[in-house]
Amino acid sequence: MPQTLAEKILQGRTEESITGPGQIVRTRLSSVLANDITAPLAIKSFEAMGATKVFDPEKVFLVCDHFTPNKDIDSAQQVKAVRDFARKMGVVHFYDGGESGVEHALLPELGLVGPGDVVVGADSHTCTYGGLGAFATGMGSTDVAAAMALGETWFKVPSTIRATFTGTLPEHLEAKDLILLLIGKIGVAGATYKALEFDGPVIAAMDVEGRMTMANMAIEAGGKVGLFAADDKTLAYAQAAGRTGATAIAPDPGAVYEQELTFDVSGLSPQIACPHLPDNVRSVEEVADVAVDQVVIGSCTNGRISDLRRAAALLKGRKAAKGLRLIILPATPLIYKQALREGLLEIFMDAGAVVGPPTCGPCLGGHMGILASGEKVLATTNRNFKGRMGSLESEVYLAGAGVAAATAIAGHICHPAEIVGRK
Amino acid sequence: MSYTGAARKVGTNIDTDAIIPARFLVTTDPLELGKNCFEGLEPGWINRVQKGDILVAGPNFGCGSSREHAPIAILGAGMPVVLAHSFARIFYRNGFNMGLTLLEIGDEVDGINEGDSLEVDPENGLIRNLTQNKDIPCTPVPPFMREILAQGGLVGYVRRQMAG
Repeated sequence: MPQTLAEKILQGRTEESITGPGQIVRTRLSSVLANDITAPLAIKSFEAMGATKVFDPEKVFLVCDHFTPNKDIDSAQQVKAVRDFARKMGVVHFYDGGESGVEHALLPELGLVGPGDVVVGADSHTCTYGGLGAFATGMGSTDVAAAMALGETWFKVPSTIRATFTGTLPEHLEAKDLILLLIGKIGVAGATYKALEFDGPVIAAMDVEGRMTMANMAIEAGGKVGLFAADDKTLAYAQAAGRTGATAIAPDPGAVYEQELTFDVSGLSPQIACPHLPDNVRSVEEVADVAVDQVVIGSCTNGRISDLRRAAALLKGRKAAKGLRLIILPATPLIYKQALREGLLEIFMDAGAVVGPPTCGPCLGGHMGILASGEKVLATTNRNFKGRMGSLESEVYLAGAGVAAATAIAGHICHPAEIVGRK
Repeated sequence: MSYTGAARKVGTNIDTDAIIPARFLVTTDPLELGKNCFEGLEPGWINRVQKGDILVAGPNFGCGSSREHAPIAILGAGMPVVLAHSFARIFYRNGFNMGLTLLEIGDEVDGINEGDSLEVDPENGLIRNLTQNKDIPCTPVPPFMREILAQGGLVGYVRRQMAG
């Protein structure tokens, strides 16, 4: 029976024969992840379950990235608990301090996740790895605790919505615009319990970083996973990350989809998610008069080197608007060093940006960029829930790195094309 | 086991940041989290809640992050049951794992008024609005998930399984 990507990847990790959506399957896990917010609860549950060792110390990943560098004594205590657990269990891939970065940028870059993997993480944006052809999904700490102990979990095989992107991607448009377009169309609960599968010529032409940006936000439509076929580009990415044995994976022709959507992106404008939900999407022209107090470029959605290059191309020789705070956080140490080598950090600092360490801090209103009441931010992050980045009376707008850089220069939400050619 | 309590209503697409904002995630203590429950929706909202109240929510309740602190905060605030139009996926699994009873009742949510006295029997799928003298149709919680709830959540369930 022809299989969707979700069915095919799960099939690779289960003995049971997958026949279609709704079936419950027990699946062996390639890896299990938790961070400094969710690991402390997972450890508590793990110990309360009576577990004494993790199923494989090489396949449990613990990344301290949300409240790090530690913002206060309580968060320091939490990270200490994770560090102690990692040591006790002999966890090989524990990341903290200068080795750490935003988990969903860090793990792919280290070759720790890749095509055909089935991954669960105590973080909703674990779905990012779908950009590499992995069935990866977020769960709670206790599910992850059981997975850390057993190396397996159960899934309900999801039905799939296929989203095909055709046409010619206009200049200045990026992966973020396509995923915002989709979320705006199907809504924040449009893919609840379902898989999203992305294809079409625009996706085939897109680099792996862009695909991860799109997969990252599958959860913002309620999706279980956001999946891309693993093609030659994916294999080249995996190889460069030091991963061996990666093989291509694609859905079978004739696979059954619950819904098929096609988006012609020719002539599309940059897309902005307006407060207070990711599906409140408008084109940049509709919100171009919105003045913002802060711009944040970073996170597991858009803190990769391609995002920083895009931002730097606009910010080079220009300044952030007076009174606007521009915060740029390269997502991992490797991205940070690459940006340093390419001179991007100097461009950012000359533009008046604060260049911070790799951290999830501002995205979730944790630290390093909290908003006061009445303030507005445009961020390359993935969520704009009320109060997400600080005060309940603040507003978060979401966009890609190009719009973010253009907005920083203009002081109001701005199409990147308006900045090009302007001093 | 059945529950009786007053309805405490919240709206549509209530996300996990609204249930418990990130700044409170520096503890895993249920009572501490419970004190700040819904602080991201409306400061002080939780002060209206009495132990045993029943949370009634609109569509897509619990969307957003995977933080288990959200169901823990609701339990910590003394609310053992949530009736919602529908739940977000991760929250649904987390709720049962933490021992929080969740029931999806679709548009029936709209007929429940703030403060209505409700009686909920998850095993038999019986919900009665005592104030309006009206039954609300509902699918019972499946036996496997009731077993998890009976053990106080997944931890107790796994312990029991391991004990054979």
